[in-house]
Amino acid sequence: MKRIITLNVNEKEYEVAVAPNRTLAQVLREDLNLLGTKIGCDMGDCGACTVILDDRPVNSCLVLAVQANERKITTIEGVADGPHLHPVQQAFVEHGAIQCGFCSPGMILSAKSLLEKNSKPTEYEIREALSGNLCRCTGYQKIVEAVKAASQTMKK
Amino acid sequence: MKEFAIINTRLPKVDAWAKATGDARYTDDLSMPNMLYGALLQSPLAHARIKSIDISRAKRLPGVKDVITAKEAGLIKYGVSPARYDETVFCDQKVRYIGDEIAAVAAIDLETALEAVSLIEVEYEELPILLDPFEAMKEGVIAIHDEFPNNICAEVHQEFGNVEEAFKECDYIRTDKFVNKKQDGAFIEPQSCIAFYDLNGNLTLTTSTQTVHYVQRTVAMVLGLPVGKVRVTKPCVGGGFGPKASANTIELASSILSMRTGRPVKMTFTREQVFQHSRARHQFWHELTTGVKKDGSLIALKNTCHMDGGAYSSFGIATVYYGGSLLGAPYKLPNMKYDGYRMYTNKPANGAQRGHGGVVARAAWEQQLDVIAEELGMDPLEMRLKNMMKRGDTTCNDFNMSSFGMEECLEAIRDGSGWKKKKGKLPKGKGIGVACGFFVSGAGFPIYRSETFHSTAMIKLSEDGGTINLYTAAADIGQGSDTILTMMAAEAIGVRYEDVRVLSGDTDFGVDLGAYSSRQTLMSGHAVKQAGEDVRDQVLEVLSRNFKIPVEDMDIKKGLIIFKKKKPDFSVLRSTYIKEHRGWVDPPVGDELTFKEAARVAYFEKGVVVGRGSYKPGDLGGKYKGAAVGTSPAYGCSAQVVEVTVDMETGKVTIDDMTDAHDCGFAINPTNIEGQMQGSLSMGVGEALFEEIKFDDKGRVVNPTLGEYRIPTALDMPNVNTIIIESNEPNGPWGAKEVGEGAIMPTIPAILNAIYDATGVRVRELPVTSERLFTLMKEQEKK
Repeated sequence: MKRIITLNVNEKEYEVAVAPNRTLAQVLREDLNLLGTKIGCDMGDCGACTVILDDRPVNSCLVLAVQANERKITTIEGVADGPHLHPVQQAFVEHGAIQCGFCSPGMILSAKSLLEKNSKPTEYEIREALSGNLCRCTGYQKIVEAVKAASQTMKK
Repeated sequence: MKEFAIINTRLPKVDAWAKATGDARYTDDLSMPNMLYGALLQSPLAHARIKSIDISRAKRLPGVKDVITAKEAGLIKYGVSPARYDETVFCDQKVRYIGDEIAAVAAIDLETALEAVSLIEVEYEELPILLDPFEAMKEGVIAIHDEFPNNICAEVHQEFGNVEEAFKECDYIRTDKFVNKKQDGAFIEPQSCIAFYDLNGNLTLTTSTQTVHYVQRTVAMVLGLPVGKVRVTKPCVGGGFGPKASANTIELASSILSMRTGRPVKMTFTREQVFQHSRARHQFWHELTTGVKKDGSLIALKNTCHMDGGAYSSFGIATVYYGGSLLGAPYKLPNMKYDGYRMYTNKPANGAQRGHGGVVARAAWEQQLDVIAEELGMDPLEMRLKNMMKRGDTTCNDFNMSSFGMEECLEAIRDGSGWKKKKGKLPKGKGIGVACGFFVSGAGFPIYRSETFHSTAMIKLSEDGGTINLYTAAADIGQGSDTILTMMAAEAIGVRYEDVRVLSGDTDFGVDLGAYSSRQTLMSGHAVKQAGEDVRDQVLEVLSRNFKIPVEDMDIKKGLIIFKKKKPDFSVLRSTYIKEHRGWVDPPVGDELTFKEAARVAYFEKGVVVGRGSYKPGDLGGKYKGAAVGTSPAYGCSAQVVEVTVDMETGKVTIDDMTDAHDCGFAINPTNIEGQMQGSLSMGVGEALFEEIKFDDKGRVVNPTLGEYRIPTALDMPNVNTIIIESNEPNGPWGAKEVGEGAIMPTIPAILNAIYDATGVRVRELPVTSERLFTLMKEQEKK
């Protein structure tokens, strides 16, 4: 039996009819066409499907869509302000923090969420906040540098 | 020093904006109208005879459009090397590992397809399972492939110089054994593809691949289609590292399903299927005997290697050669003997992964060299320097080091890490280690025997002259080839980075062997450079005729035409251009003639302005059997120093510091190069400390998840001091050569040597888990 739910995604309300077993990741990708949310493992291990749910980064493959009913969700599509990149995105571009890019949406959302709570994170705090997002390409160094740089620009 | 406008700068990657905003599209993000979803039936048994397959119930399920088995797909054999085509799309008589593909279903949605798979009934007769390659090669055991009675998929015997004679001159000889574990590529994007066979008989396969060219050839061969009717294209690819460098079952199955149903068919691996498909790092057992003189000069190496190949050959023929040939450098070594054996077992097939075939051999040998240095009372770094090859040297197996900044790498890490202050002076539990390595800059020969070009490129100017379209079949899988090739095109023509639009990864755009063996910067780069220079020359020749100015008195820089002598009057040309483009927002302005206007003049004269480039390596030497594996137009090289802390109570290893120097010939984009170095080191850390695919006694992968198969997280990696060395490779475009794989070579042994320095324990089995190191430390205490 499908249930009608309301998702507030990137400050827009969507009414969706979903089967109870569908994950938030599936609904974002398949029903709302928000394909920036990636599925790397579908088991909550890799973090590629990270979205911000009520100010907390979550693996959207581990959240049922019905659990997100009437809650606030930010996906990667909601991070930039029109053509203007968010400072975290800008820093990722400039610092070479993106290689294959498959982890980047989740990584950027985890970083954004961190910086919203802690505007001056230490390197350890950055690494800890990103430790649920796996990246096989970069060795994380340029990602960490980008988050540091973004925290500097955001302070200004 | 020559000044460059575009190359040798840290420009952001061309695709970074799309990837940062979620706009970038990967295969599984794509869909087509009327698309079906495919699913695979895979074997639950590691070794069994198939007695019968009943697909009737699956076919009757509403929503199912097709079910195929070997009967429908045919039995044309394929693989990577034509010498070992040992796979069919689906199993016919036998299944050979858990995950071996038996059937595929296409249905209106994935749920229906999966349900249909569960309705296929297969009757098996179980056969003895061979999981240990040493068991598999014994006389009298069952053959996994009938054509290979001792389960030896491939063996290699090579000798350069005379090792036994040379050992007689040595002052010190020692033998050590070393073993790693089967590893996974662990790219974050699982393989995915969409096949569509249209009414005109054209197949378009969109797929997450490193090598559109090889996939095109394999699909055409297996499906019996003319190559020209098969187009293979890749959107963004979420990493590859080797396992995506050859055609896979879903590419073939979805193509067949689409041909039969007339509808597009999408198939995507689950993470578990990524582990089952594998084609990643083999497990290697090396036995190395090295002989040296008292002064530390290396005289001879005898290397015996056994490899667990898994159920099929994949890249294994090349791997078994690389397991020997990649010890031919970076040290002067006059005598080398290699015996390599690759065995079939009932496990997922192993193939190529970053540092193909050489990583474990390198780990084994660099650790042994450390032991030898200690026995001789030499500093291990100085002993390496003493033996180091130089630019122009040729190895005993005929690899020519046309450039080789290895001494510079070693000196850079020695000075950059504070080696002299630290080596031998750190407290217990802290250690420092060094190692070196090298890698090919592109395989010198294609996988199939051919005179084919390795890379072609085409540059076409837009009719308004404002956009330069670069067409290449090279595959950007995250390493950044689109960026590097865009930079090269802009530099070769003399235009701005943003003027070039790259279209890549599509067999319609040309021939390129793809992203493997660290080849694209050098090989695709040559083709792009040539195409860019061709366009530049064509435009300048037209201008020369128009203005009656010799070509050599003109140049193109930053999108402007430079007249070295007198600037001609181009006011008529400019006003014509502006009139023609009335209402457009970007009229040419300023005191200089723009490339855009010049290109427009060329368009008027030629209609089509296309620059062409194509590359294949020249004669690379090496006439012995197997010389095709390892010969390359150039070799990149690296040296690393790693510092570790070992918890003496638990055996837990923490990587504190890594200093890495890599000779990439010439840095087209230093940011990308550092990214490749840091990524390589991260993969090396994982392989050294925790990556291991585990099997139960039935041959099942027990940790097919990224939770239980641990790869490094942000907390496992230290910051790396990356040092770029430039040696100006004569065979590379602008002097450039590889960085993608060479940098992983020294990582594992440098860690092992640091662990020894910290604990006094030599670990000769990977990964170095806390448990393994703790046990070894306890054994050491007892002695």
